[in-house]
Amino acid sequence: MHHVLVDQWSQGASPMHARDPRAKVVALVAFLVVLATTAPDAFATLAIDAALLAAGILIARLPLSGVLLRAMGVLPFSLTFGLMSWMAGDRVRALGLVEKSYLSTVAVLLLIGTTPLPRLLSGLAALGTPRLLVLLAQFLYRYLFVISEQAQHLRLAALCRQGAGTKHRRSRFRAAAGALSVLFARSYYRAEGIHRAMLARAFAGRFAPLKPLRFRASDAVFALATISFFILVRVE
Amino acid sequence: MTPIIEVRDLHFQYADGAKALDGVSFTLNAGESVALFGANGSGKTTFVLQLNGILRGQGNITVCGLPLTKDNLAAVRSKIGMVFQDSDEQLFMPTVLEDVAFGPLNQGLQPEEATERARSALEQVGMENALARAPYHLSAGEKRKVALAGVLAMQPEILVLDEPTTFLDPPAQRNLLHLLRELPQAKIIVTHNAMFAAGIAQRAVFFERGKLVADGLLEDIVQRFDWTYSALPLSDLRYSAQRRF
Repeated sequence: MHHVLVDQWSQGASPMHARDPRAKVVALVAFLVVLATTAPDAFATLAIDAALLAAGILIARLPLSGVLLRAMGVLPFSLTFGLMSWMAGDRVRALGLVEKSYLSTVAVLLLIGTTPLPRLLSGLAALGTPRLLVLLAQFLYRYLFVISEQAQHLRLAALCRQGAGTKHRRSRFRAAAGALSVLFARSYYRAEGIHRAMLARAFAGRFAPLKPLRFRASDAVFALATISFFILVRVE
Repeated sequence: MTPIIEVRDLHFQYADGAKALDGVSFTLNAGESVALFGANGSGKTTFVLQLNGILRGQGNITVCGLPLTKDNLAAVRSKIGMVFQDSDEQLFMPTVLEDVAFGPLNQGLQPEEATERARSALEQVGMENALARAPYHLSAGEKRKVALAGVLAMQPEILVLDEPTTFLDPPAQRNLLHLLRELPQAKIIVTHNAMFAAGIAQRAVFFERGKLVADGLLEDIVQRFDWTYSALPLSDLRYSAQRRF
């Protein structure tokens, strides 16, 4: 499961992991703004951005190929829109769409691969993100595990009962559609159970962090240095 | 003796109209352990979910002298530690330590104190070496122990265990039995496993179609409702672990 792997990455130890999530979020936002305003054919700037991300991944001791491979998850979407632009004759825009979406995804993976989600959400809350959004993200994260686990159980059960006669695409599609509806229903009940278990442990709608955030001087230096570098690269 | 749980004439109906509890009255004294028996769908789990206000029916519930009202909900949930049937529903934080500290943090404890409580609870269940592990990497028995630690860290006065032996192999069940016997809290055990229950509780109640139809000595209840897997008497079936005590 991808999210489990990224979750494991986030538990690592490196100078990137040690940074306060707020510093990393601010740096990420600056990077995304700079990337979005970079011309699609400014290949030198984009190459420097890519190199910077690669350096970040290496400093964070994350597997470079693993991050790059997982970032490809965005390509089916960006390639579709890129193809549409290409067919409309706007090749530069098409290229820009694919490049920028891929680099943005790598940057986001670098952030979540070096920040455990509870800390990341605490950081977002401290930066003024509405509490409801933070809470929704926390639940979404929790339920992602639940849904993928349920899906795996269903898949296994389906495989166990899959005879030689299920080669027809139509019947497989029908079975998949049925499994999807069961998955929704099961996930709902499971999520209800989790919520009950949380209430039983005195949950009152707020996740209190075990390790409170501490914004140190080194975090300020990190945020300022990365933002300055991004702007410098963009201006150059 | 003043009961620590007192339930009077409790009724509950699910949204689909199914009547789940029908006039249940029940008491539990400090330090006492009681097993809740009954067929699937007889109302056992629905009943225990009423005790800390997760489900709300009609009737009076008092826990450690506190009437169960909206204002007392947080206090009551701190008094009753509930260990759910499926530990996966209970464990959701990235590490075992963070998960066990979840309850104490919700109780308003400072992170240092919550960490201390979590460490101590994990030590109590023999999982002190799993602090940094991810809960989804644990075995079923380990998950159950961590789930129990998550509840013990809140220092409850009453433990409610819903089908505690589910998913556990016999050695893990035996370990859990040892562990529970050493805990001083009053216990309510929802189970089909009469052998396991007999290792902890002397008293049992029996649920039938939402009604509490019998309350008495565990062996009498088991015999009266024929609540064992075997024709052998309960005394012959008890866990060997119990004989060590």
